[in-house]
Formats: sequence, structure tokens, C-alpha cells
Amino acid sequence: MAVVTDVEVVDLGTTSLRELNQRLHDVAGEEPEPRRWRVVNPNGSHAVACGLDAPLEVEIAGHVGYYCAGMNKRATVRVRGNAGPGLAENMMSGTVVVDGNASQSAGATGRGGLLVVHGDAGARCGISMKGVDIVVRGSIGHLSAFMAQRGALVVCGDAGEALGDSIYETHVYVRGTVASLGADCIEKELEERHLLEVQSLLQRAGCRDVDPFEFRRYGSARQLYNFRIDNAGAY
Amino acid sequence: MCGIVGLFCKSTELEPRLGEYLSAMLVQMDERGPDSAGVAVYRDPAPPGLSKLTLYSADPEQDWAALGGEVTSTRARHAVVLVEGDADEAETSIRERFPELRVMSAGRVIEIYKEVGRPRAFAETFALADFEGTHGLGHTRMATESRVTTEGSHPFSTGHDLCLVHNGSLSNHNRLRESLRREGMEIQTENDTEVAAAYLTWRLREGAALQQALEGCLEDLDGFYTFLVGTADGFAVLRDPIACKPAVLAETDDWVAMASEYRALAVLPGAADAQIWEPEPSVVYAWEKALV
Repeated sequence: MAVVTDVEVVDLGTTSLRELNQRLHDVAGEEPEPRRWRVVNPNGSHAVACGLDAPLEVEIAGHVGYYCAGMNKRATVRVRGNAGPGLAENMMSGTVVVDGNASQSAGATGRGGLLVVHGDAGARCGISMKGVDIVVRGSIGHLSAFMAQRGALVVCGDAGEALGDSIYETHVYVRGTVASLGADCIEKELEERHLLEVQSLLQRAGCRDVDPFEFRRYGSARQLYNFRIDNAGAY
Repeated sequence: MCGIVGLFCKSTELEPRLGEYLSAMLVQMDERGPDSAGVAVYRDPAPPGLSKLTLYSADPEQDWAALGGEVTSTRARHAVVLVEGDADEAETSIRERFPELRVMSAGRVIEIYKEVGRPRAFAETFALADFEGTHGLGHTRMATESRVTTEGSHPFSTGHDLCLVHNGSLSNHNRLRESLRREGMEIQTENDTEVAAAYLTWRLREGAALQQALEGCLEDLDGFYTFLVGTADGFAVLRDPIACKPAVLAETDDWVAMASEYRALAVLPGAADAQIWEPEPSVVYAWEKALV
């Protein structure tokens, strides 16, 4: 008879990545069993805990490589380390939390859910995001929120060059400095509803010590939505 | 694609195991570059008055003793030879007398080995784990700009005790190759990285410091690159301004390392607790023995 434990532990030093992900996919439904998982010895593996579609809680003890928690749906994935490029790409719902830093393209094309990076995120954070909310405790790299469409990006530190280039309707909030704004991205007034949005996201991300009043808001000037010959140089 | 690794021993205790760790790092980058593999290892300085060359022969039956220098080791089709005089003269002499040989590296401490095939086979063929040394760098290639050949493999020599490995692709290498040839640089293949190596060699020859030569790349090279440059005393890292190509740096009390991905660093002792960060675009990062 199997020993009943609270947490299912999978060692990537002895278990293949494919087997881990298959087991995580096999526990579907509203009440997956086991619900709580712990992945040890990830050692920078790619695609750890990708494509989950159940209210699982997965903790990864160490650094991961490319595409961790991609396409995540409903699950909560926590990385106790750094994450490589393409973290939580195209996530649909659920929560992905990284204790360390994330490399480029974190949260790219995400449609829903919450992505939290407690360290810094690299270049292209939130590129083409479509409804996911992203909170970065540190700073973000260049070309972040490029063509970002929906959702909110909250950055407690600084933003690199060309923030929000060709942005659509994502709300971007930065507490620190912005190296430069991309084409058609402008600073906008921080109204009460925006303060409430920042406050709510900071709370959900566990950043309660950060003051929402310290943020500035950036968004689309809406000049590049439709082709205008006057803007030809900016396309 | 392509994979890059570099390891610099801050602690002398690590030096006997340089090859073992470099080999393990290289094997982790297999999927990033299954076409060819190569390393530059800095070790075993030539005695005063002598220079060290690494030579490559397409002929597996090459009679290395006929060269006249002291052959200190042979691995696969490569031989390390100690010769009298400075490295320039030694290299010129070898090229004139043995035009069929290729000079892989020249200097006092550098040795370059490279060959087509996957990194695990490369590491075994060249007994990479046996190397002791102060620092080394390596490359696994997924060819894009030129054919899969030994000559098109990395690292590329860029002058005495200098070499370059590259992840990315350059788009202005044809035009730049012609300009460099007009400056008298000898470029032997259609490979883009060889052009970058020749560019650095040219800039250094014209009196630029390594930092200046690398910063010149930001102006004069068009394309994607993460560069790792090996020097007699250490190594330097540069990413292009767009920084599409990955790079991770890590440091502990015992070593500094660079790799395309963390999983190549994970094989190093104490990696889980190392300080880890991504190099910023357009910034030259350099480590030298004297500085750490």
C-alpha cells in the first residue's frame, strides 16, 4: 500500500522530464490527487511543469531553463530559483511565481492568470501579453510589453529601453525609472481606478510593503492603431 | 542556436579539474549545437623564448616529428608544438613550410581543439577531462552561415592567446570580409564568425585594447551575437544591443563561468548557491587573473 503523503515529490535527477509532465497532466479534474507536488533537482531543465490544466500546486526546488510553466491553466507553480527564457509563455489562468530572476520573454502572449517575479525579469517581459497580469518585484529589460494588448504589467523597479513599443491596451505601471518609451507609448494619468488595480495586484503578488502611489502609468497613445501615412516612419 | 561555455578558475585548487568541468558543461550544450564542438584551453605556458602553436592536419597519418619543433602532445588530428621565437614568426614559418597544415592557435598558453560531431564524442576523442589549466571556453555549433567543417568550427583564433566563440549570426560578414582583406587580414572560410575574429584581430593589431575592440563590434557588426573572448589572463563577454541570444554568468569564490543556459553551469561545484545574472546588452564584461 502506498504511503499517503501531503506532497508528491518527483526527482528530475532520476525521473525523466516527459514522465514528470505526463504525471502532472494525468491528474486532471477539479480535485486532482495528489494536489501538491514538489520537483527537486531541476538543474535548469526545459519545459518543467508545462501545459498543466488542473488546480495543482507545484513547487520547483531550484533553477529551471526555457519555457517553465508554459500554457499554464488553473495550476499554481512556484519556482524556488531562477527561470530561463519564455517563463509562463501563453499562460491561460492560475498563478506562476518565481522567487529569483526570470530571463527574457517572461509571460509572453499570456491570456490570463497572474505571473509574479520576485527578482528581475529580462528583456521582452510581457511581450504581446493578452490578458495576463504580471508583477515584477525588481526591474525589467528592454522591449518589454511590446505590442501588449490586455492585462496589467506592474514593475516595482526600473524598465529598460523601448518600454511598451506599439502597445495596445495593456496597463503598464513602473515605480522606478524608464530608460525610454517605445513608439506610441506615453505616460498617462494615474487615476483612482488605476491605483486600485496596482494595489490589488501588489497584494495578490505578496508585495504589501510597496506603496501603489509611487507608480507611474504608461499606455498607448493610440496613434498607430490604423495606418496613417503621416506615421509611416513609426511602423 | 549554438551553445557557449566558459570557465575561469579563481581558485588554483580547481585548475587540475578544468577539463573535467569544461567537458561536462560542453556536453550539456549538445542540443544547442550538434554539428561540431571545440574548446580553447589556457594551460602549461611555453618556456621563455618559445612559443606554443596548436596545429591541425587533415591527414590522420601526419608525421608531426617532421616539423622540427618539440611536439608536446597530439590529440586526434591536432598537435601542440613548441617552437623558437615569437608566435608570429613561428606561425609564418609553419604556413610557408607546411601549407597543408592549419594553425589553430598561436601564443604562449592557448591551445585550440575543434572537430565536427557532437560534444560528447568530441570530449572523449580529445580526452578533454584530462586537461588541467587556468581557464577555458567551448562551443557547440548549429551551423547557419557556412558549411559544417573543422575549419568552420569554433573557437576561432584572433591573435596571440586570443580566441572567439559566437552564438548568433552576422548579416554583414560578406562586405566586412572584403574590407578586412583590403586591410591585409587573411580570412580562409565563408564563415561569419571567422570575420568577427578577423575584425577583432585587426582592431587589436591597430592598437585597440580588448575592451575598445569589443565595443567596436557594436558599431561595425550587424547581426545577432553573444561573444565569448578568451585571453591569456581571462575572458570577456559581449551581447549585441538586441540581445536575443541567451547568456548566463555565474560566480562563486572559486570560479567565474559563462554559458548559454544555466544547465551548463549546474554541473559546477556550488552552482546552486552561485551569484547568477544575465549580462546586459552592449556591455563588455571581462575577468582577468589579476582582477579576481
